[in-house]
Amino acid sequence: MGLLSSAISITRYRVDGKIENPVTEAVTKGLKKNTIADIDEDPAEKSVGWTSFDNPFSPNFEGSSFLFGNLFVFSLRIDRKSIPAKLLKKYVTIETSKRLNKTRQRFLSKDEKKAIKDKVITDLAMRVPSTPNVYDLIWNYERSDVFLLSNLRSANEELESLFKRSFNLSLIRIFPYTAADLLSDLSDPERDTLIGLSPTHFSD
Amino acid sequence: MLDLAVAYNRYRFLGDEFLTWLWFLIENDQNAFRTIDSDCTAVEIGSRIVLENRKRKSLERISIRGDDAGLEEGRLALKKGALLTELSLVLKTGEYQWEFSLKGESLNLSSLKTPGPSLPPSPEELELFLLDKTERINKITNFIQIAFKMFVHIRVTSKWPNKIVPNIKKWINSIEV
Repeated sequence: MGLLSSAISITRYRVDGKIENPVTEAVTKGLKKNTIADIDEDPAEKSVGWTSFDNPFSPNFEGSSFLFGNLFVFSLRIDRKSIPAKLLKKYVTIETSKRLNKTRQRFLSKDEKKAIKDKVITDLAMRVPSTPNVYDLIWNYERSDVFLLSNLRSANEELESLFKRSFNLSLIRIFPYTAADLLSDLSDPERDTLIGLSPTHFSD
Repeated sequence: MLDLAVAYNRYRFLGDEFLTWLWFLIENDQNAFRTIDSDCTAVEIGSRIVLENRKRKSLERISIRGDDAGLEEGRLALKKGALLTELSLVLKTGEYQWEFSLKGESLNLSSLKTPGPSLPPSPEELELFLLDKTERINKITNFIQIAFKMFVHIRVTSKWPNKIVPNIKKWINSIEV
């Protein structure tokens, strides 16, 4: 569910720190450095990177194309290959038989079985196309806010690590404690009280 | 600041209490919402509420769906010790309305429907569309943040146990079984 959907999900983040000047150039550099890599016809099973919001399957960050007014708008893309278990089993069985016939052994060792399985996975990963998942992101640099348009834990975790790698800035997820501690203008005594709070029981 | 993973679990109850407080305000003090957002004419419960009762050995989840349905049932669950963990809300201004669900433990938003078109009228108008849509999203994120800030400032004072909690209890217990 992206920005162009009628119903959206949002995880809010606070950006910890500021990027070096000139900001747009630094963001462009981070995006280009970590643009999603195509893994079709490649043994890799997963690829994570940035892509263009308006053209997610042909990423292009030239000419500040991700800058809309005062917002940076781009997308996190996670490509994954999923090898069906039955397909894997089929090719492992075939390769195991070939190996047994060739070596005239009755059984394979644990290491040999593992080596066959790894080779089959690598071979199949070269042939299976990846499935892309695209999650839009809005970065309001002036407000130090990032909205990820997804509540999926895997997308959140990938974003946090990719953002740090790309821009050398940490994202702090906004949930009750961080919203209270970072965004509620509490005084030091109030913050001390917050730390010691325990749940209220509304029922008798 | 505390370790965030620890803080997430340790203080998730704050989000659940926040949702219960919001529900209480919706039924008892709509004026409070106008101090949060002067454009707001009403905040209503939407089509879904989720409660969890952690008092028992196994966690019991109660999910109530349907337009304006089951609010009595929800309050009854509160009376039995359940906590509100997800609340679907409708924020109305003079001309427009926003619908969204808010999760207590994460303050994550889902099923957010903002007023206005979901697609730009033409590719040339993409920038204008995005800026407008972001403004409409900000309306809700600001609303939630200001409401949460108001809640936290009450929660860390004696007003919470001495005034607010007794009033919420009174409201919960006023339901006829």
